[in-house]
Amino acid sequence: MAQRVSLFVTCVVDQLFPKVGLAMADVLERLGYLVDFPEDQTCCGQPAFNTGYRDEARAVARHFLKVFRGCEYVVVPSGSCASMVAHHFHDLFPAEPEALAAADALTPRVWEFSRFLLEVARVDDVGARLEDIVTYHDSCHALREFGIKDGPRRLLANVRGLELREMDAAEECCGFGGTFSVKLPEISGGMVHTKIDSIVRTGANTVVSLDSSCLMQIQGALSRAALPVRTMHLAEVLASR
Amino acid sequence: MSATFDRKVHNTLADANLQLAIYRATGRLIDHRKQAVTPEALPEYQELRAQANALKRHTIDHLDHYLERFEANVTAHGGKVVWCRNATEVADFVLGLAKERQARLIVKSKSMTTEEIDLNERLEHHHLQSVETDLGEYILQLAHQRPYHIVAPALHLTRYEVGDLFARTLGVANETVVEKQTMIARAVLREKFLAADVGITGANFLVADSGAVVLVENEGNARLTTSAPRIHIAVAGIEKLIPRAQDLAVFLKLLGRSATGQAMTVYTSFLSGPRRGDEIDGPEEFYVVLLDNGRTRLLADSGKRESLYCIRCGACLNHCPVYRKIGGHSFPWVYSGPIGAIITPQFMGVKFEPSLPFASSLCGACAEVCPVKIDIPKVLLDLRAEVKQDERCSGVNRLERLAFKVWAWVMCHPRVYEIAAVVAAGMAPAEGRAWLRKVPTPMNLPPVKAWLSQRDLPPAPARSFREMWRRR
Amino acid sequence: MSREHILHTVRTALKRGAGQGIAEPPPVRLRVPEVDPDTRVARMLSRVEALAGKTLRAPSMDEARVYTAEVLGGRSAVASNAPFLRECGIGGLPGVETGFTDSAALRARCAVVDVGITSADYALADTGTLVMLAGLAEARLISLLPPVHIAVVPAARVLSGLDELLTLVSHPAEQTSSMVMITGPSRTADIEQILVRGVHGPGEIHVVVVG
Repeated sequence: MAQRVSLFVTCVVDQLFPKVGLAMADVLERLGYLVDFPEDQTCCGQPAFNTGYRDEARAVARHFLKVFRGCEYVVVPSGSCASMVAHHFHDLFPAEPEALAAADALTPRVWEFSRFLLEVARVDDVGARLEDIVTYHDSCHALREFGIKDGPRRLLANVRGLELREMDAAEECCGFGGTFSVKLPEISGGMVHTKIDSIVRTGANTVVSLDSSCLMQIQGALSRAALPVRTMHLAEVLASR
Repeated sequence: MSATFDRKVHNTLADANLQLAIYRATGRLIDHRKQAVTPEALPEYQELRAQANALKRHTIDHLDHYLERFEANVTAHGGKVVWCRNATEVADFVLGLAKERQARLIVKSKSMTTEEIDLNERLEHHHLQSVETDLGEYILQLAHQRPYHIVAPALHLTRYEVGDLFARTLGVANETVVEKQTMIARAVLREKFLAADVGITGANFLVADSGAVVLVENEGNARLTTSAPRIHIAVAGIEKLIPRAQDLAVFLKLLGRSATGQAMTVYTSFLSGPRRGDEIDGPEEFYVVLLDNGRTRLLADSGKRESLYCIRCGACLNHCPVYRKIGGHSFPWVYSGPIGAIITPQFMGVKFEPSLPFASSLCGACAEVCPVKIDIPKVLLDLRAEVKQDERCSGVNRLERLAFKVWAWVMCHPRVYEIAAVVAAGMAPAEGRAWLRKVPTPMNLPPVKAWLSQRDLPPAPARSFREMWRRR
Repeated sequence: MSREHILHTVRTALKRGAGQGIAEPPPVRLRVPEVDPDTRVARMLSRVEALAGKTLRAPSMDEARVYTAEVLGGRSAVASNAPFLRECGIGGLPGVETGFTDSAALRARCAVVDVGITSADYALADTGTLVMLAGLAEARLISLLPPVHIAVVPAARVLSGLDELLTLVSHPAEQTSSMVMITGPSRTADIEQILVRGVHGPGEIHVVVVG
């Protein structure tokens, strides 16, 4: 009996980078999982939470809990969205015991994609092939809130034809930070410049990350600077054949 | 966002030399710290952090007890504790004592607490000469500037600026060799140490079971400040307490390494009162000023009380990608960096600089390196919620508030969300390979404009994920 | 009164009553590793050298005295009243003044001599640190004002590290008003992060471990 996993693609992937969601589904299906997409999903509430709008975040979180109730595995192509659910939902419901119970029940079932592959599916080689020189950007939430650092690198190491070059500022924030990117654009822009300088120094053609928000920030800056480097989500790399 | 903050940020970002200076100086401190806390160098590093957090939590949660114990032990060793609610009371005490003792010259070692209360300005206003003796602070005093960084106060100045400054203020020849500049300052300050009536320091730690002040430094100016003049006054926030001398086994291992990568700073002084009977030198009078100045307000907020655990190592500044871009002078108060961002709104009120809690991408680098494990991102998030609550009460920023209300409603109604998404995609330029440098006017809302000011936008794909999924 | 006001405000903030007791503070376990004396001394001296200090392992007090005389090279010095220095015969070296008990006279000399000579109460091997407790035997300014500092220490006083020190001296305040830990020469990097030594303490230190 094939194991069922539910996709939470995130609003950014749904609307701007749909191929990331499809790539993630492909990889999971190839591993033998039955993949479903609860259609009523929208967002995890992070934009409101990060901007200080707790009530609004709470409302969206309640909707999320409803949509994913009873799912055994929820797989997410984003460290920051997975972190919102796994680390912040608990604190959103101090006065709602039912919602709190639902949040605490769901939290251990929410998996950032690379962690799902390594810790649940227990694979580090998904049979991918991609002839390219890449560098990897450590998304902050994944790195610091989930301790995800070696995992994606192991997965990339097993992609045939791929060369991974480490950039010196791999662990430095790309400057996205959600609404930070538009509330303090100059600082955000300064931070991403440091990041793309570091990327360029590696000579890589492609920057890989497990978070589409980071990739949107980085690609936006690369494009503005007319640099020929492209970005790919880890899922897209792993889906390559 | 406040215009002052934006202007300072903009000017700092636009100054290429300053950017390089900040990045290099903090980069060096990052590397030094990293080497000092590897599993080989300090295998118990994470354990020490947990212990430090537990010790601070315990002390702060029982602060009244430790304050009284501290006072009893200072008194038992011949010293005196002076309790001050605010800056004025500290200045009044120092001025009063100086008058009684006919003291005219004061030497000072580095203390952020005394910066916080503008002590030098207050003393100088009453014609007392108060000379900073830490090299970086001395330079800043001559230049009438605030510290740029907790540990490296003059990191923004070049040797040429220092040369000009010394020539102008000390009447010496313009010297640009750093070693020579340092020796000039040494000579000037040596005279001051030996002539001073009073030495004022801060305190890195106050040890309750000993009535002791602990000072860590590399230059020796704190030692001189506390050994040469006949009066020593230590000014410290009430949160500096630790319970026992043996707790230094935890804190001293963390402070030097986190700040500069040093297993031990050059000098660590454990001072518990005026000189005793058989001692040959040392001050004849010893005072510890315990300062509130708003700390009790932070104490009352149990959710953010951990902000008081800070041991002022500066690691959060060094690792903060925002600080590394905007530098110390962009911050509106004496404390900069992530710690400054969380305590400034708590001391001064969120209205003092409403941008501060938002001037962070919440990357968490600060929390990762904080030796006492303050969850800075959590406190920032709490402050953001407070700012928005405050805005709601005062009726400002209505448009943003409305936008998020609408956004939340849409996100709770999936069919509406789908329609809205289709409409938005329809307005956006069609999918090509290129990212967008600009958008049509109806789309050019403030957040979109802000985004486009720094980078390109992704083009809307022909179909959303859910549309593609349905067609699979 | 500010004292009462502050204490009251603290108690209110913490929801504690006056005279309310406290739980025990979290325990701090001091680790004293088993390290043989020779290794301790070797480690101590190598740490000092790593900080640009100069060192000597002197098999006897004579060697310690000879080395000190060489470093002095005829320059002026103030030596502390540490009995160990007397045993090593250092007080008698040419140019060395010792036996100061008056603070004004001591300070005046320390301000002009080239070298300060002291012993130390303890040394900490894992960081290359000298530990000095102020008292009749050791005045503060001798290791601080002159630009050169020579410390002559018996090997038995070299401890493994800070934890061992705090085990032996758990209440420094009971013994002295000033316990100072000295780790290498004075230094600053406040101008362009360029390292300069000897501001404001001694820029040159020599550690001699005897025995």
